[in-house]
Amino acid sequence: MDSKGSACSNPNPNPTFGPSKLMLAFRFLRALSIVHRTTPASSPTCRGRRIERAAYASMAYSAGTSRAWSRAVLRRLHHRARRRAVAPRRLSTTAGNRAEALRRLVPGGAGMDYCTLLEETADYTKCLSMQVELMQGIVDSASSNGR
Amino acid sequence: MSSRRPRSWQSSSASRITDEQINDLVSKLQAVLPEARIRRSDRVSAAKVLQETCNYIRSLHREVDDLSERLSELLASTESSSAQAAVIRSLLM
Repeated sequence: MDSKGSACSNPNPNPTFGPSKLMLAFRFLRALSIVHRTTPASSPTCRGRRIERAAYASMAYSAGTSRAWSRAVLRRLHHRARRRAVAPRRLSTTAGNRAEALRRLVPGGAGMDYCTLLEETADYTKCLSMQVELMQGIVDSASSNGR
Repeated sequence: MSSRRPRSWQSSSASRITDEQINDLVSKLQAVLPEARIRRSDRVSAAKVLQETCNYIRSLHREVDDLSERLSELLASTESSSAQAAVIRSLLM
């Protein structure tokens, strides 16, 4: 395939999106047990926020550093931003500029060329949906069985 | 197939990006969206795919937020051993 367009050069010719489910589960559950052990019972809001950070961190670690979005997530988490780690501000989107809206939603999106943005978005979206599926599975499991 | 390249989709510093490359990436993105939002068999515009992707990502962010809260409550309320058992069960699903 002609690779004249350097903006679209892709080091991975066959990208598969998303890490393995098992790896994602492993990291998240480990993080969850750490949060459980180390957060005092008196601060439920804090625990919820820590769980949310654990979700994004384990997602990013599972994706590895080859993805721009995962590097951006880990940078943000390590700098301990005051606002929630990855949740975007609710900005209004102008009718015509979908790519701009996407750049605000995908971590690290602002600096990407359009082709990279599309690919990073696909991977990020896949990972995010797997993370949600995992968390939902744990909630369902724990709700029905853990009393 | 038209060779028209809509300028608004290109970053200013990009070298020539073909429509085909963009269509390929957009269809890969479409494949990641759930069937309820956008049927993969449908040929939809790139704008529609991006719009649906934005909506989908926003809803996923909200779900992570909500599920984090619920997990927090669950950890607080269940015995730690049964929580661990539930967690291992969900791994095996």
